[in-house]
Amino acid sequence: MTAFCTKRLLDQALAVLALMFCFAVVAGVARAQQDVELLNVSYDPTRELYREVNAAFIADWKARSGQTAAIRLSHGGSGAQARTVIDGLAADVVTLALAGDIDAIAQRSGKIPLNWQTRLPFNSAPYTSTIVLLVRKGNPKGIKDWGDLAKPGVGVVTPNPKTSGGARWNYLAAWAWGQKAFGGDDTKVRDFIAAIFRNVIVLDTGARGSTTTFAQRNIGDALIAWENEAFLVLEEFGADKFEIVTPSLSILAEPPVTLVDGNVERKRTRAVAQAYLEFLYTPAAQALIAKHFYRPRFQQHARAEDLARFKALELVTVDGAFGGWAKAQPQHFGDGGTFDQLYKPAR
Amino acid sequence: MHPRGHARRILPGFHLSLGITVTALSCIVLIPLAALVAKSASTGVGTFVEIATSPRTLAALRLSFGAALLAAMVNAVFGLLIAWILVRYDFPGRRLVDAIVDLPFAMPTAVAGIALAAIYAPNGIVGAVLDPYGIRVAYTPLGVAVALVFIGLPFVVRSVQPVLEELESELEEAAALLGANRLRVIWTVLLPPLLPALITGFVLAFARGVGEYGSVIFIAGNVPLVSEIAPLLIVIRLEQFDYAGAAVVGVLMLVLSFVLILGLNLFHASFRRSIGNG
Repeated sequence: MTAFCTKRLLDQALAVLALMFCFAVVAGVARAQQDVELLNVSYDPTRELYREVNAAFIADWKARSGQTAAIRLSHGGSGAQARTVIDGLAADVVTLALAGDIDAIAQRSGKIPLNWQTRLPFNSAPYTSTIVLLVRKGNPKGIKDWGDLAKPGVGVVTPNPKTSGGARWNYLAAWAWGQKAFGGDDTKVRDFIAAIFRNVIVLDTGARGSTTTFAQRNIGDALIAWENEAFLVLEEFGADKFEIVTPSLSILAEPPVTLVDGNVERKRTRAVAQAYLEFLYTPAAQALIAKHFYRPRFQQHARAEDLARFKALELVTVDGAFGGWAKAQPQHFGDGGTFDQLYKPAR
Repeated sequence: MHPRGHARRILPGFHLSLGITVTALSCIVLIPLAALVAKSASTGVGTFVEIATSPRTLAALRLSFGAALLAAMVNAVFGLLIAWILVRYDFPGRRLVDAIVDLPFAMPTAVAGIALAAIYAPNGIVGAVLDPYGIRVAYTPLGVAVALVFIGLPFVVRSVQPVLEELESELEEAAALLGANRLRVIWTVLLPPLLPALITGFVLAFARGVGEYGSVIFIAGNVPLVSEIAPLLIVIRLEQFDYAGAAVVGVLMLVLSFVLILGLNLFHASFRRSIGNG
């Protein structure tokens, strides 16, 4: 009896070993096929864009260097992604929602030089976007511009600026409109922003969460969203259900990209990582960028019908209207900043 | 000889096993918690008090603990009922129901949260029924409680079930034969021996609910002062790289939970003694 049991155990152990050997062989083959691996840590709505850009880059890099590259992607809220890199995630490149998050990595981990934004053209942002309003078909609440979001009875959906990079652009876009509308009267701007946030029904932690709440759960009358995300909603849920309202004024969102020097030095991937970021400025990538609803830096490379979707509007920059992220971040989104002050209960 | 004297213990290996226990407990629980407390202490007393007494922190703590308490109470009632059905009756599909009870344990909490939000949103299956009566569940504090009921249910059922199985149904029959009505049978025969297990399940469900983040975040609405839970406040502070501030909220939750659970356990123990003596 015991001998029988021992034999069975042995058989099972052998089977497990054989299985492990098979896995090891398969994994080894897969490894041998790729010469270099990059990790791109990005923010939420870029999934579709980078999936296509990566495929194009891998082909391009193979042709140029003979190396087979593999690119892994990590997505999440921009601030949370920055934090994982600070805490040690071995990202070769970061492609985040706003410069403030990359500044944080530079300051807190020292893995990126402080002047990172001057290393690539256009403030290291190969594409731009802006903030628009998404409303339900027929625009039943008659929302035409930022001012309409502050009216009583309008339900607004936006993510929390504390946890979402996109939401910070939303907030600053509304603020910039208020500054112009109220002739720079700070108190009136604050009241206006407070009125909008009193209308906010759901404050999700990320841009994708807000999109789901608005489009799938049918909550609210207006979604403040990335332009690319708004177009994606039309594509996913059907243009017969929603409309994009382009406000009279919005913000020029520049989602920047950069190398994480500390990590590429250690992993010896600087050349390919640098090539990956420079690839974003090439005609092929710029066309993909326009296809995925981001505004390309070089319009001549994009298809005309892709460009025709972007409405012209007045755009202010963070540097021009808010003195850059280094100033805007603590003033509006830091502890006790203007956003926190909105949620002081009435005494 | 005194049963708990200093003579050699009959079971061998006390020192070794205690050593391993203390080491494991330190690595997994005590050291991380100590680090949390140390981090929060790095802010200084003034900041600590300021964060701890800010209206947003208080509102979030009230919501987290209130909703967890409400959910644990709901679970105590319905969990007991489910355990009772599963133990006392045999019906087709009993084993299936028995297995379903464990699902909230196994399911990723995010999945649970999204499913609940979809169902209880005004355009969801249940939400659409409630909406005409002006009852909103998803994206309100009520939604938080619903999510916590979901994740807490198995704790009560699984705590009560084995005790109920040990309890002979002859006792209830005897009580009925002696003329007790059904309510009295439940109150004086059934509940007293079940109460310790029920309290254990209640405490587990409550403790789980207080710290729950994954499922709640999808159904809560997350509006500050209204439907923002305390764990979200921690995440928000982390997002602005305020590790110490996050630790302050963490320590507050830790202390509150510890005091409440300790209190319930003490009550539980004294109750047990009184049952044992009586």
